[in-house]
Amino acid sequence: MSVIFALATGAGRSAVAVMRLSGAGTGEVLAALAGRLPAPRRASLRLLRHAGVELDRALVLWFPGPGSYTGEDSAELHLHGGPAVIAAVAEALAALGARPAEPGEFTRRAFLHGRLDLTAAEGIADLISAETEAQRRQALRQAEGGLAARHAAWAQRLTQLLARQEAFIEFEEEDLPGDLDARVEADAATLRGELEAMLAEGDRGEKLREGLTIAILGAPNAGKSSLLNALAGREAAIVSARAGTTRDVVEVRLILAGVPVTLADTAGLREAADEIEQEGIRRALARAETADLRLLVFAADAAPDEATLALRGPDALVVLNKADLPHAGLEGALPVSARSGEGLAALRQRLEEAAAARAGLAEVAVLTRPRHRAALREAVEELARLPEAGLPELRAEALRRALRALGRLTGRVDVEQVLDVVFGEFCIGK
Amino acid sequence: MWDMRFDVIVVGGGHAGCEAAAAAARCGAQTLLLTHDPAKLGEMSCNPAIGGVGKGHLVREVDALDGLMGRAADAAGIHFKLLNRSKGPAVRGPRAQADRRLYREAVQALLAETANLTILGEPAEDLVIEDGRLQGVVTGTGRRIACGALVITTGTFLRGVIHIGEQRIPAGRVGEAPSVGLALALERLGLPLARLKTGTPPRLDGRTIDWANLEMQPGDAEPEPLSWLTEAITNRQVECGITHTTARTHEIIRGSLHLSAVYGGRIEGVGPRYCPSVEDKVVRFAQRERHQIFLEPEGLDDPTVYPNGISTSLPEDVQRAMIASIPGLERTVILRPGYAIEYDHVDPRALGPTLECKALPGLFLAGQINGTTGYEEAAAQGLLAGVNAAHVAAGSAAPATLTRAEAYLGVLLDDLTLQGVSEPYRMLTARSEYRLSLRADNAGMRLTEKGIAWGCVGPTRAALHRRFAADVAAALDRARAEGATPAAYAAAGVAVNQDGRWRSALDTLALPAMSAEAAERLFPWLRDLPRRVRAYVEAEALYGPYLARQAGERALLEREEALAIPPEVNFAEIAGLSNEMRDRLQRARPTTLGGAGRLPGITPAAIAALAVHLRRGVSRETA
Repeated sequence: MSVIFALATGAGRSAVAVMRLSGAGTGEVLAALAGRLPAPRRASLRLLRHAGVELDRALVLWFPGPGSYTGEDSAELHLHGGPAVIAAVAEALAALGARPAEPGEFTRRAFLHGRLDLTAAEGIADLISAETEAQRRQALRQAEGGLAARHAAWAQRLTQLLARQEAFIEFEEEDLPGDLDARVEADAATLRGELEAMLAEGDRGEKLREGLTIAILGAPNAGKSSLLNALAGREAAIVSARAGTTRDVVEVRLILAGVPVTLADTAGLREAADEIEQEGIRRALARAETADLRLLVFAADAAPDEATLALRGPDALVVLNKADLPHAGLEGALPVSARSGEGLAALRQRLEEAAAARAGLAEVAVLTRPRHRAALREAVEELARLPEAGLPELRAEALRRALRALGRLTGRVDVEQVLDVVFGEFCIGK
Repeated sequence: MWDMRFDVIVVGGGHAGCEAAAAAARCGAQTLLLTHDPAKLGEMSCNPAIGGVGKGHLVREVDALDGLMGRAADAAGIHFKLLNRSKGPAVRGPRAQADRRLYREAVQALLAETANLTILGEPAEDLVIEDGRLQGVVTGTGRRIACGALVITTGTFLRGVIHIGEQRIPAGRVGEAPSVGLALALERLGLPLARLKTGTPPRLDGRTIDWANLEMQPGDAEPEPLSWLTEAITNRQVECGITHTTARTHEIIRGSLHLSAVYGGRIEGVGPRYCPSVEDKVVRFAQRERHQIFLEPEGLDDPTVYPNGISTSLPEDVQRAMIASIPGLERTVILRPGYAIEYDHVDPRALGPTLECKALPGLFLAGQINGTTGYEEAAAQGLLAGVNAAHVAAGSAAPATLTRAEAYLGVLLDDLTLQGVSEPYRMLTARSEYRLSLRADNAGMRLTEKGIAWGCVGPTRAALHRRFAADVAAALDRARAEGATPAAYAAAGVAVNQDGRWRSALDTLALPAMSAEAAERLFPWLRDLPRRVRAYVEAEALYGPYLARQAGERALLEREEALAIPPEVNFAEIAGLSNEMRDRLQRARPTTLGGAGRLPGITPAAIAALAVHLRRGVSRETA
């Protein structure tokens, strides 16, 4: 594949800028620029030259394939981080036949050369776009093969189950263990339980990757926008004493317990005559529907409104705003005051707990994408068919399909692997 | 300059050769069968059994294409067993143990009555190739014979070496010379050769076995024939004995491992995982206290017994001690020692899907020479190669091929020509992703019409098949049209959901609650169906829902199958393929995207890149 190059560090002025190269022919390009190839994987200081012009004195690293990140011959040039230096070196590289890399091309090449499986490649993409510490740790774990390892362990057990079922079908007359068939069903049920437990962990991994949404809901003038501003620490929403000031959804981004959170302020819920306000209320309710958490705001100086009360539930957190005014309290509500700051720390803590519960970093590698969940769910559904399948060939069919579903995550499991287990585990043969 | 001229020449008279010659002749080709010794046509050189799980499926497919194997096995069978009888019809495998002499006689009689077929007792020694085209062969007596197409089925004869302990005997089978001249000719063609091994147990004198003290196993009371042309099995049926190795046997083997050809390092070929020698069993499964042995009589008036389960290459005296340590065999005489045999095979990736050599059109290879093991695998390949050789000789461009979805023979062809072999290849139902639809009971429905179109199915079978197909169609229609309400099912003692929904007979026949008696009470016409027609309807009822669920996947596979990779595609030019992927694709040259996906080690990413390239090529042409 052609030699590609790209700046691995951010754009703009910096002390050091790293230019990465990869592809067959990297060695020639590097030698042309740096005089001769340095020893593999050793940093060497070289004067880079092109067409008789000195470009920069740089730290040069040479990674011959296949033991490199991409699996190809690769190199790194640690340049002085000025725009002119970077431009001159890029121009020289292009003149030597290299071309600028497309986005993600280094990782794609690594995937093509079998250096990464699909989940690891996804992990690297997540690592690059990680905003928070928890996201970074989750992505790194996946990039390092944590998720692939969990899947591989399941696939291996499933392969073993299928192998036993196949042995039972193919080699009736051999001296196979008498309880082979019964054991398959019991072991499949155990495995299914584990897969279900992973699914039941919920979508924490996906939520951490994508972030949570918290919708602030309540009657007009309950002080929702003030609360948003207080939590955001800035004046994101317009606040006025007039009821119905907020008409569309106003969003701010926060980080709570390492989880990126979108806090959405919505139009107050009431019977509105104004068409624009009606639309705002419709959007508020829609947001309430899709949000991971609903923050229901009541005002201490008004009777709790029915529309907001109706939204109570397990994913709702109730606050009584304007608690600096005299009030009679509201059962189950946290008293706060956006104006005085009273109760805000407690509210933030409650929100952080809620975020951590829904999207916190788990102890082990978890599912981070919908396709992971879909594949796992399909495997569970197939395994669930086992008890009712009755005949061994139908059980084998369910196991095969479950294995194929798991294989979609990290790679295929083919019949030869199953046969290897059959002949490795049982003494078969005439 | 030619002494004789034929449309098709088949070299080799084993199971592949006999089927190839008969199939080519049935297709109307003037066919010559060349073999060392015509008296050995139809010889069973190993286990005297035909069929089994997977293998029985292949026999039924050969039979559906009007081949010989099923008919010969029925004529020679002395112990029939339908394996997996308690499992579903998709994995039931018919098997027959045959009288070795009767089997030979049956095959030879079938060949003798085949029109267009000449048999000559001479080995082929060389190929005649002119202008890059195969012209004919030269026999051992120097005869030059021209042909339009050639099928080579030399089994283990290619540089075969037999090992018994430290003894090495160059041979194909015991007492027969290996074909060195032909091996050299194939090597000159540049066909990639590799080495495999297989083994066989000692043969025992049944008159010296203590049968009275052994557990005996009868065959099925109602033998299931291997051929659908067979009305009834008429041979006297015999029982098999069952015994096992002992701690003493294992001690003897362990003490002599250094003398075994396999363990002494004198064999380089790779043996099969599923047919380990007894040395292998004792070493690899050291925790097992005993291994089962079936004592299979080789004939009605032949005292030879085949002890299934103890193939070995230990020296003869060790074999004697080993046999004497087995219950029931204490005083048993060995008629012929067991041995291991090493032989060359051609890497079948050098062949196309009709088993024709890519490097030399007109030359077909079939059977063990392609790295398979087993009579059934050989016969199936032979039949297909014979049909295609006849087509090539007649100048027909239409290849006779089968896909994985159509037949185990299709699975076999695809596996061989795409994946190659790393051990002697044996058919297993586990190899098919379409196991529920590739059944022994529907082989005719899957293949006979194809065979009629190819020209290899005679009028008797064609008529029988069409009558059966019409009966099945009528019975299925009736089973779909007739049914009952939940109340009526309940009244017949069949519990179904009392949801008021009418259900057809086809919907309910396979329900666990539906007994045969209840089915007949509800649908008395089932009783009048011929046995095979009824079994067919019941199988469809059982698997129908599963097959419907797979329809989507199947459609996807068929789409991939349909995306052809033109022969001019240069894998080296495809963007996004790593060098390793390019090498693998270049070596196997798959003809479809589906085939590429089944190559070992090909990543999903490589398939995606290939698909993009193919689509791009298509759109450029149409643009």
